[in-house]
Amino acid sequence: MSPRGLALGSTLLLAALFSLPWWGTPDQMRTLVEFTYFLALAQMWNLLAGYGGMVSFGQQAWIGLGGYTLIVLADDLHVNMFLAVVVGGVVAALVALPTAALAFRLRGGYFAVGTWVIAEVFRLLVASSTEWLKGGLGRSLTAAGLIARPLREQYTYWLAIVIGAGAIALVYYLMRSRVGLGLTAIRDSETAAMSVGVKITRIKLLVFIIAALGTGVVGGLIYLNALRITPQASFSIQWSAFMAFIVVIGGLGTVEGPIVGAIIFFILRNYLSGLGPWSIILLGSSAVIMMLIAPDGLWGVLHRRFGLELFPVRRRLPAALAHGQPVKADGKSASGDTTLAERRP
Amino acid sequence: MQWVNVLAQGILLGGLYALYGTGLSLIFGVMRLVNLTHGDLMVVAAYLALVAGQLLGLSPWLSLLLVVPALFVIGVVLQRGLLNATLGKGVLPPLIITFGLSVITQNVLQLGFTADTQGLDAGPIEAASLEVMKGVTLGVLPLITFAAAVLVLTGLQLFLTRTKLGRAFRATSDDPTTAELIGINSRQVYGLAMGLSLAIVAVAGVLLGVRTTFAPSDGPARLIYAFETVIIGGLGSLWGTLAGGVILGVAQTVGAQLNPAWFQLAGHLITLALLAFRPTGLFARTREAG
Repeated sequence: MSPRGLALGSTLLLAALFSLPWWGTPDQMRTLVEFTYFLALAQMWNLLAGYGGMVSFGQQAWIGLGGYTLIVLADDLHVNMFLAVVVGGVVAALVALPTAALAFRLRGGYFAVGTWVIAEVFRLLVASSTEWLKGGLGRSLTAAGLIARPLREQYTYWLAIVIGAGAIALVYYLMRSRVGLGLTAIRDSETAAMSVGVKITRIKLLVFIIAALGTGVVGGLIYLNALRITPQASFSIQWSAFMAFIVVIGGLGTVEGPIVGAIIFFILRNYLSGLGPWSIILLGSSAVIMMLIAPDGLWGVLHRRFGLELFPVRRRLPAALAHGQPVKADGKSASGDTTLAERRP
Repeated sequence: MQWVNVLAQGILLGGLYALYGTGLSLIFGVMRLVNLTHGDLMVVAAYLALVAGQLLGLSPWLSLLLVVPALFVIGVVLQRGLLNATLGKGVLPPLIITFGLSVITQNVLQLGFTADTQGLDAGPIEAASLEVMKGVTLGVLPLITFAAAVLVLTGLQLFLTRTKLGRAFRATSDDPTTAELIGINSRQVYGLAMGLSLAIVAVAGVLLGVRTTFAPSDGPARLIYAFETVIIGGLGSLWGTLAGGVILGVAQTVGAQLNPAWFQLAGHLITLALLAFRPTGLFARTREAG
């Protein structure tokens, strides 16, 4: 899609979504809030794993931190609860810094389990605060009673739309920036990226912190919507499982993939929720099968077959350059945005 | 005296954790793979022993004769059927596949056996204990577990250093391409390594089932203990795994002695502390690169 088409299309869609409270039903709003947080979570996980190459099963740490920050700020310190959702992301980002110092000592599969252990530490610490955070019983957002329910749901809905659209925009613009180029270079070859001056650790740290920030904000949104939080549910590995499955089914390393994945996940979840364990078995199997037969996910299949593209993060060479000059051996640094921008097969 | 007792219990618990960690360490050493179903398959082994007991009347000890080969076969099939296809395609595919299988396994177990906790009945030996000195009693079962860990590690050590297949394992670990040149089929080696890893998991699972109760969703906690054992001991070091298990076990029992809620937390914190101050673990031998 051309940049102008994209801008026009997203403006129309956003206008329709923002005006929903005037023409839709509260049920539709609630459904969209839930959809939005799975979408935003998947975008953040894709940023981390798909673009950053950091497979983490510890993202629930930020959901729990965001959720508890909301409750503590809104109930104990009487901060506006919608503002508290945003602060939850900042808290997650701040905690992500020392977390990265530990987790970055591990690579690959051990990084994935290491981040999970760190999330477990947060869960156990929160659960052991029996007085303040009410331990395993969890707490409720009593500040929610301060404003009338229809108004609260309306604000929550708008906030959700901003967060969902914001997550997509964030990943899109980040990947179009120098950071995105650096990440793509790292993905293709860490050694080559280093040799052209990409600061690998700094870029990975930045991505890790941004993903924590985004996931933390969504954590706040989830519990602004649910109104009740427990350490077991908020710091549950299930969140990371959903994020990973959504991204893998939809398509890793594209902006569109997590959107497609979130839609499929959401439909499956709503229609199969009566099936109990079978729904999660189906979801897990889909991700495993996808990984084996189409590692670039459904969006990857659509892109290959029909050339579909909504959010082009690739950069194209001017035609004269692409046809006129042979690509030099060191083309990766000089004119090689083509090689940098190639998708993983 | 109370603390000597706590220490002794922790050390013996470490034997069980060494059994958890050995298989994880082995496959990471041979093929730089992290199997996220490790803990769930341990629980599967316990359920298989339970079924063997119910259908065939086998004691947990005799059920090992069936459970160990069964898990070995599961390992070979898992590796050759699914994971070998993802070799050389980056870190994500094996992680997603084993994580997906982990979630699937937990839910299938829940469908088959409900979410209720189960236990394996090994008879009076479960409660038997020896008083080694005043105030310090060692359970016979934890002693057997510790002995089993030492036995498994010794056997693995001998296998890796003295046998032709063991040498093939080590050659593949060092450099699969060169190993292929001298006639080693690395895919076959990977299959056998996963089989061996899960055979050890089977022993750990049955011992776990005798020691305590288990439920379908217990796998991830077992995976985390295995992971912590390996991180503390150092990647790829067999005896380091035993030391790692002991340190984890002692940290947990000491933590629980201070506050019953700190059992898991103390183990996590010692792992993270080690990661901060000695990221290669205490006895690392394997190269990190994969």
